[in-house]
Amino acid sequence: MEAFFATGFGHLVLVLLQTLALLIPLLIGVAYLTYAERKVLAAIQLRKGPNVVGPFGLAQPFADALKMLMKETIIPTGANRLLFLMAPMLTFSLAVLAWAVIPVNEGWAIADINVGVLYLFAISSLGVYGIIIAGWASNSKYAFLGALRSAAQMVSYEISMGFVIVTVLVCVGSLNLTDIVLAQRHVWFCLPLFPMFIIFFISTLAETNRSPFDLPEGESEIVAGFFVEYSAMSFALFFLGEYANMILMSAMTTILFLGGWLAPFGIEPFTWVPGPIWFILKICFCLFIFLWVRATFPRYRYDQLMRLGWKVFLPFSMIWLVLTAGVLMIFGWLPGAGT
Amino acid sequence: MIVAIAFYAFALILLASAAMVVTARNPVHSVLFLILAFFNAAALFLIAGAEFLAMILVIVYVGAVAVLFLFVVMMLDVNFAELRSGYQRYMPVGAAIGGVLAIELLLVVTGWQVAPEALHLSLGAAPAAATNTAALAEVIYTKYVFLFQAAGLVLLVAMIGAIVLTLRDRKTSRHQVIRVQTERSAAATLEMVEAGIGAGIGTLGIYRPLPATADLEPADNDPHADDPHADPVDAAHGGGAHGGSGHHAPEAR
Repeated sequence: MEAFFATGFGHLVLVLLQTLALLIPLLIGVAYLTYAERKVLAAIQLRKGPNVVGPFGLAQPFADALKMLMKETIIPTGANRLLFLMAPMLTFSLAVLAWAVIPVNEGWAIADINVGVLYLFAISSLGVYGIIIAGWASNSKYAFLGALRSAAQMVSYEISMGFVIVTVLVCVGSLNLTDIVLAQRHVWFCLPLFPMFIIFFISTLAETNRSPFDLPEGESEIVAGFFVEYSAMSFALFFLGEYANMILMSAMTTILFLGGWLAPFGIEPFTWVPGPIWFILKICFCLFIFLWVRATFPRYRYDQLMRLGWKVFLPFSMIWLVLTAGVLMIFGWLPGAGT
Repeated sequence: MIVAIAFYAFALILLASAAMVVTARNPVHSVLFLILAFFNAAALFLIAGAEFLAMILVIVYVGAVAVLFLFVVMMLDVNFAELRSGYQRYMPVGAAIGGVLAIELLLVVTGWQVAPEALHLSLGAAPAAATNTAALAEVIYTKYVFLFQAAGLVLLVAMIGAIVLTLRDRKTSRHQVIRVQTERSAAATLEMVEAGIGAGIGTLGIYRPLPATADLEPADNDPHADDPHADPVDAAHGGGAHGGSGHHAPEAR
């Protein structure tokens, strides 16, 4: 078996198997995130949520998926057919593509590349294309307005996110995701870099177009924004892509700030639990805050959103980066300073 | 073998999409082909072992620059028939410029001489010991640090210039001052009105905007003048009092 996986063809098979082992739990996770969202929102609003299909409504996500499959895909006249159908596929495949570099445990990444953070950042910055192409190809005013809002919003928040990531990288001294997690062996970065942790989390809300920054789909003003013309599976792909993106961003937050697969404090009772379980638990924690925020805060006004991104987060993260670098320099804590 | 196939495939797609950028009829399609070209260039960087440059190419050009292109091009309302009308007139000038450029390129390429010692150097994006990123940083931040900073300053000046040229502060625009907004409290802007049992809707303990000016006040109070239960209290009272306490307060007196 070992010898087979060492050959060129065997390696290909191995990578395919690894990809399946990552993707299938991910897709099930996406399905149950939709369920979790409805249950959490229901609990916060003193309702029951889905409880009819299966025990505790647990089969609800699959019932919804079947319903989506049965529906008719409508392509509006005047729409650009090719781009119209390509946009949801692009959104969903980008959300899945990024998982290639995520380390679930030490050495458990499909591709443990040296520039893992840059890869993640690049993929997440491409997410805007699915939305902007969808908005344009639909040939509809509301969809176009939603796409324009989304493009401006995602580009704005990416910049402060970039500075937050650079701050973490200054503390780590490597662009490799495994190195970033291992650098948090003594203290997770969410403690010393707490303000950056908050900024990063709020930026991920804006980046995934989640409430309170869900202006691209703001249903009270522009119906449903960029996917107003979509139906059936092409709509479902957008929907799943959004949730897959949420999980991805939570995984990114976990890796950058919450110590990845590391057990809290690294002491006895916690270390009995295997690393991947901790990783999943931390992702679930971040996702719960996503849902909690949605149930709690009203939507931002557009100019306030832009102000928050450009006039508050950007200068603050720049100043904090300079401060962090200065502190590391003065105390000689810069990683790899000796080499 | 596989690397060679991948190289030629990416190079072919790169050239084809670059050709489509200038020939596509729809400008949005042009931008999308440009993005495809960027992607293939990034793939070529990866094949050459320059992973850092590949990722930066995708982040900067695809993730930011091309988004702005797309943003602008989508909002353009271009009349294509009008664009094509001058083709006959501009054709000779364009051909002449193209010809001059082609001759210059030929002169440069044929006159190219490879330094003898360069032939023995191994082809690699980074020295074998260091990672790509570290190798790049060691050169940029030591040997070329001033040039690097100067390049950054040039970009900063360009950015400030663009803002200075386009930003106009219209006096009529309604601008929100966030500090004033967040410092507003219910007590400062709303007035609590107490009313007895059986009072009309105007006297039920509901919040209403404070009268804007002093001369509005008599008019505002007029409806309650003949109601013995009407008892407008000052705004400071109204902070938390709502509903229940509003009804009980007159009885306590």
